[in-house]
Amino acid sequence: MTAAISSAGLTKRFGKQVVVDAVNLNVPAGSVYGFLGPNGSGKTTTIRILLGLVFPTAGTHALLDKDFAASAAEVLPRVGSLVEGPAFHPYLSGRANLARLDAADRSAPVRTARARIGEALERVGLSAAAGKRYRNYSLGMRQRLGIAAALLQPRELLVLDEPTNGLDPQGTREVRHLITALGRDGVTVFVSSHLLSEVEQVCSHVGVMSVGKMVWQGALADLATQQRVRVQVRTGAPADAARVLGELGLAEIATDDDAATAVLGAADPEHVVAALVAAGVGVRGFVVERPNLEDVFVELTGAGFDVSG
Amino acid sequence: MSRADVDAAAAQPGQVQVVATPPAPSSLTGGRPVRKSLLGDHGRFLRSELLMVFRRRRNLAILVVLGVVPILIGVAVKLGDHRERGDTIFGGITDNGLFAALAALLVVMPLFLPLGVAVVAGDAISGEASTGTLRYLLAVPVARTRLLAVKFGGILVWCAASVVVVAACGVIVGAILFPSGELTLLSGRTVSYAAGGYRLLLVCGYVAVSMAMVGALGLFVSTMTEVPVAAMAATLTLTIVSEVLDAVPQLSALHPWLPSHYWLQWVDLLRDPMATGAVGHGLLVSGAYILIFLSLAWARFSGKDVTS
Repeated sequence: MTAAISSAGLTKRFGKQVVVDAVNLNVPAGSVYGFLGPNGSGKTTTIRILLGLVFPTAGTHALLDKDFAASAAEVLPRVGSLVEGPAFHPYLSGRANLARLDAADRSAPVRTARARIGEALERVGLSAAAGKRYRNYSLGMRQRLGIAAALLQPRELLVLDEPTNGLDPQGTREVRHLITALGRDGVTVFVSSHLLSEVEQVCSHVGVMSVGKMVWQGALADLATQQRVRVQVRTGAPADAARVLGELGLAEIATDDDAATAVLGAADPEHVVAALVAAGVGVRGFVVERPNLEDVFVELTGAGFDVSG
Repeated sequence: MSRADVDAAAAQPGQVQVVATPPAPSSLTGGRPVRKSLLGDHGRFLRSELLMVFRRRRNLAILVVLGVVPILIGVAVKLGDHRERGDTIFGGITDNGLFAALAALLVVMPLFLPLGVAVVAGDAISGEASTGTLRYLLAVPVARTRLLAVKFGGILVWCAASVVVVAACGVIVGAILFPSGELTLLSGRTVSYAAGGYRLLLVCGYVAVSMAMVGALGLFVSTMTEVPVAAMAATLTLTIVSEVLDAVPQLSALHPWLPSHYWLQWVDLLRDPMATGAVGHGLLVSGAYILIFLSLAWARFSGKDVTS
């Protein structure tokens, strides 16, 4: 198996608005894939298309190497999902809600239903509250029940839309552990989020959405190479420093009263310092500014966390 | 959060178990029991659907109201002046308790029964959509056609149950308050209590089929909205419109095509010999409308974007 999720030109138009615009997803099997994007960037609609809830205007996609249009019924039982928050019948208990979903699943062996439901509840720490009505659950418990539903059967792919929404810090950490553990077991996890810190810690791959388009996709490690590292020279002679930096081929040079900054590019910092000193520029301080993932994200999506469209 | 809380939380990291168990893809296919019931592996989902319908308090309340109708009728007739006996259904109650069941069916037919069916059928898809559970059912996956089939199965059972509740309560009340020997049919012929019971059973079947049509309409309307109450109201409104049009003599050309036109045709089953012509026609009309509404529901739902 090569790709857990792949799509070609996936597009969804609601009326005149293009919500998902020619998205080519490539989620390698066995990866933990962070699907990033500000609110309203088309993440949830993409996930709805992936699961067959919404029909794409154009494009195709495959789950677990099977064309979705042709074999949705065959492939979906191997996919667990959490879409846009948990949703259950309010007047049924957590356990009864899971039993209902399990009863609807033709591929779920009835013989093991009770055990599987118990196991899923235990895995998310809901065993004690399993008999309580869903309406009395707190937001965090609801989210846990949603994850339990995704884990009712052994899955090869988990699609989790904002799985830590509404969880307290401890719950967030637990979900992160769960994702990491599942990933270690070979389950491909596709997790959408607008929280970068979450993705940075658990994901091996990321895709970044902005206004319906995929603006960057690849291994998390490669995202680092996208970073534009800047150097800052603190000096009494910023103009001289700027001249030296220019001679070394650094770009986007800027100066202020007591410093010169530039994008490092291909040059290495040690060489830059040596050149500055050799040119007689008094170096009071030298800083290499490596932007964090969040800065890269904001750079890619432009608008940052503002709702677009 | 106080300092103590943080400590307490940190001290119990094992409180929530995050234990990774390796996935066992083999158990997906291995050792699955092959069920050979009539419904195959749809039976489990249908059973779950029936539990949902019949455990819901609102629906149980509807059944209680339906059951109270024959009791009220029986008590009212018992207490009232019943010197005049005509060969009508109400007039027959004092002669034979079975007529209490028939009279109750006559009373609930225009409004109460369709109301109950509209509530359950209107809720079928829109209810799942409004709670958001529709997206999870479809992602399980439940094929959309299968979901409609199971939902309609639940509606059919609900229709039958509603009719049976009215009839059964009628029979019981009638047996307690009135004679339960031979009964005189509307055509004046006298048959045994058992034969009368058989006729009542046929009537129940006919009424249930008529209600199934309301159910199919409700299911269709239910695919068009995420607001259950809107679907219920629309279903009931359309039903009542049909009944109102049926009551306007100037529209008599239209009458044979109205869904509700043959609803009370079951009185033909209480004659001897049974006049089955119009009853058969009524069943045909109901069946045709059921097919139409189910097709519309399927056409509407199978290609619908589920964004709820």
